[in-house]
Order: sequence, then C-alpha cells, then structure tokens
Amino acid sequence: MTTSRRMQYLKAVSVTAYIVFLLLPIYWLLNMSFKNNQEILSTFTLWPTDFTLDNYITIFTDPSWYSGYINSLIYVLMNMVIAVSVALPAAYAFSRYRFVGDKHLFFWLLTNRMAPPAVFVLPFFQLYSAFGLIDTHIAVALAHCLFNVPLAVWILEGFMSGVPREIDETAYIDGYSFPRFFLRIFTPLISSGIGVAAFFCFMFSWVELLIARTLTVTDAKPISAVMTRTVSASGLDWGVLAAAGILTIIPGALVIYFVRNHIAKGFALGRV
Amino acid sequence: MVVPVLLLVALSAIIPLMTVVNYSVQDTFGNNEFFWVGTEWFQEILQSERFHNALLRTLLFSGLILAIEIPLGIAIALAMPRRGAWVSVCLVLMALPLLIPWNVVGTIWQVFGRVDIGLLGHGLASVGIDYNYTQNTLDAWATLIIMDVWHWTSLVVLLCYSGLVAIPEVFYQAARIDGASRWSVFRYIQLPKIKRVLLIAVLLRFMDSFMIYTEPFVVTGGGPGNATTFLSIDLVQMAVGQFDLGPAAAMSLIYFLVILLLCWVFYTVMTSHDNETQNGARRAGGSR
Repeated sequence: MTTSRRMQYLKAVSVTAYIVFLLLPIYWLLNMSFKNNQEILSTFTLWPTDFTLDNYITIFTDPSWYSGYINSLIYVLMNMVIAVSVALPAAYAFSRYRFVGDKHLFFWLLTNRMAPPAVFVLPFFQLYSAFGLIDTHIAVALAHCLFNVPLAVWILEGFMSGVPREIDETAYIDGYSFPRFFLRIFTPLISSGIGVAAFFCFMFSWVELLIARTLTVTDAKPISAVMTRTVSASGLDWGVLAAAGILTIIPGALVIYFVRNHIAKGFALGRV
Repeated sequence: MVVPVLLLVALSAIIPLMTVVNYSVQDTFGNNEFFWVGTEWFQEILQSERFHNALLRTLLFSGLILAIEIPLGIAIALAMPRRGAWVSVCLVLMALPLLIPWNVVGTIWQVFGRVDIGLLGHGLASVGIDYNYTQNTLDAWATLIIMDVWHWTSLVVLLCYSGLVAIPEVFYQAARIDGASRWSVFRYIQLPKIKRVLLIAVLLRFMDSFMIYTEPFVVTGGGPGNATTFLSIDLVQMAVGQFDLGPAAAMSLIYFLVILLLCWVFYTVMTSHDNETQNGARRAGGSR
C-alpha cells in the first residue's frame, strides 16, 4: 500500500513539474507584456513592479496590429470549413469501401504532410499569383489544406469506422437518399469527430507562418507576420511584442477548452 | 466522393511539386528564358559539402528530438490521472504550447534564454554557468532542443494518453490476478495498446522536427556561424536569399525524398509486427 501511495505521489510530482516547465516561458512572456520597455531592459524583475496595460492598448488601437488578428482568424476559419467539408465524403469512402491501396491510406495521405513548407513556398507563390489570389484569405486557406486535409480525412475515417455499417443499410431500407442520410443521420453520429478534426485544422493553420507570410502582402497579413515585421523595424519594442504574443495564445486556449473532452478520443480511434 | 480531395491535393501538392521538378532540371539567366540542364543540379547538390553538413545537422536534431520526446511523452502520459477534474486541467495546460504560432514560440525562447532579460539565461548566469546561445554552439543546440521538447512533447503525451484511456479496465484486473509486475503491465498491455498512436507520434515528430524552420530561424537565425543551419533554413536561404532556383529545387526534391524514405522505414518497421500477428491469427483461424 505504501509503495503504491509513494508511486501516486511521484506521478503527481512529475506531472506538476512538467506543467510548471511548460508554463514558465509563457509566464515570462505574460510578465514582460505588463512591463514598459525600460523595465524590461534595465532591470531584472520576476513580476512587473510598474504594472502597465500600455502594450495592450497599443495593439488594440492600431489597425495594423489588430487587423492581423482578424486576418489570421478569417483564413483559419475558412481553412477549417474547406478542409472538413472536403474530408467528410472522402473519409466516408475510405471507411465504407475497399479499394486498391487503402491499407496504406494513412501513409499516402501523410506524404502530403511530409513536403517541407520551405519547398512549397515558391511554387505556391507562382501558382496563386497566376490565379490573382495573392494577398487574399482564400489563398492561405487553400494552401494550408496541403497539410490539414490529410489529417482531417484520417481522423474522420477513424470516427466513421466506429459507426456500424448496419446503420447505413437500415437508412437505405427506410428510404433515405444518400445526401439526406449523410446529413441527417450520419453527421450527428460523428459530431465529436468533426469537432476533433476541426480542432486539429485550427491548430496547424493557426501556428503556420512561412506559407501565410509568403502569400500575403497587406490585406490578409497574419498576426504572426505583423509581429516579425515589427521586430525588424523598431527592433526593441519588447513589451508590445510580448503582449502580441500573449494575444496569439488566447484563441488557441479557448478552442482547446471547448474540445478538451474529445481530443483524447480523437486519436485513439484513428486507423493506421 | 474522393474527387474533391483529389482536386485539392492536385492544386495544393501536385502542381507545386511539378513546378519544383520543372525548375530542378533547368537553368535560367532571367527574362523567363529556361534551358535544359538535366541532372546537373542534382549532382551539384549531392556532392556539395554544404548540403551534407546541413543534412547531418538535421538528422542529428531529429534523432535527439525523438530520443527525448518519445520516452518523456510516454512517461508523462503514464503518470497522468485517468479520471477526475484534474484531467481536463492537465490536458488544457499541456496543449497550450501546441497552439502558439511557431514564430511566437521562437520569440518566447529567444527572450527566455537571454542572459540580460530572460528568466532562463539570467537564472543560469546567476548560478555561474556561462551560457550564451548566440555565441556558443552547444548552448544554441541545447536551447533549440529544450525549446522543441517544450513545444512538442505534449503532442506525444496527448496521443499516448488517448491510447491509454482506451484500454479496458478488465486488462488491468487480469494482470492483477496474475500478479504481473508494473513493468510487465507496461510491456505486455500498455505498450502494445498504444502502439498505433505511438506510430503516429513518431511519424509526426520526425517529420516536423526534420522540417523545422521558423523556430530556429527566430531564435538563432542558423547561427552561431552555421551551427544550427538545418536543411530548411539552408533551402530558404538558397531559394529566396540567393534566388538560385535550379539548385534550390533540386535540393527540395532530395529533401522530400529523404523524408519520404525515412518515414516509410519507420512505418514499415512499426507496422510489420502488426501484420505478422494478424496474418498468423488468420492462418490459425483458417486451419481450425
């Protein structure tokens, strides 16, 4: 009994230590965002002595800053919608029919993810400028499908395979047409799968910078690109930079809070 | 039903890839005039020392990342509580680094490691360790590796945890009745059950660490010297910085093939045992 209790104690300590390790750098950024530049650079303080919200006010009053957030959110949401709606029928086909090569589906879909973004930057730029799509949200949303669609197909396929085939057959016997069956009966059954797939699309689209930066100039510039520009231009505005960084964490934190009960399930079902 | 996906894949993967192939066999003097050079760029890249060094650095980085993050991730997942209010709290907090844009991750660690204003740098300096990631090669590598562990270990944890909670309680009860040790519970129940998700974790971590660009670019910019110039940084320098499209395209393709090959190896090794047992079971079932 004592060994198992000691084990429990050890587990709790190690998990706590890991979480503290994760939170320390984030705390440091938060701490910096409430300081003015002079305090950041001249003294070393563990918490802001001269608490200020100026950095946040700068961001929320300057359109070149806050429009970055809006742009990012727009293309991330567009990407989520495109990726999930394209992935749904494909995942259904993979989960219900057998065809050549479907055993290695997972691997072949993942090869899309294996292409380094650095490789695709230049061709993407040329492709989208040929279509006149440079500096639009849809360009970034489509480009991000490169790595999000395979992932979405794969996650959804896992959830769909968990739904027994008899449900499809019963629905057809009851006279449902395919689209009606798919929307009315099937989609609600895998709603948590759709949530998880959407979450991962959000995650990978939100954090990507290289492609998003290349395909945009001003009108659709993502927040992360706005940040890099400011670093190089004014050089030392650490306070605003930290505040902007903290603000980029918030949408992700909100999204993960909503899907927290489904994430764990999401991957357990996927077929490799 | 697969048509929309195929269209999208064609638009976002195959057409750009063809463009790259096109560049890799041609040379240009500007004015959109191209002429055929065959495999010249490929030979040049494969023989260049710069490419060899970048490739070795990237391989070393990925190897270290896998060696640290996979065992650490499994350990943390095993230590996580299985039920109760703390599960949600742990999951949300652990997933936080995954949702931070990559250049912000770079910025966080760039600041965090600075000796004058960062907690880590200042802390190390105050206990007498001479730490400077912008000048010392070893420090730069350590910073990048700790940063990546901080950033991505949670993904391994989430994946393994999802595999672990899917194991039915009956398995553990049976193990308890047999008097199985903690190690054999892990080796014969937990590890086989999380093998599938572990494969995904290994593949994702390998690919992403092999393609890492933004974070080291922000933190070290490839320096000091060329000490942290990974393949991706080298490639972007060549393509966008020097505008050497031909060599850059050839390098892109080699880069892509290396990733494909290594992923295929991981995939085959980790699923081969699976297929054997499945086939074995089928054969046994058939003979009965």
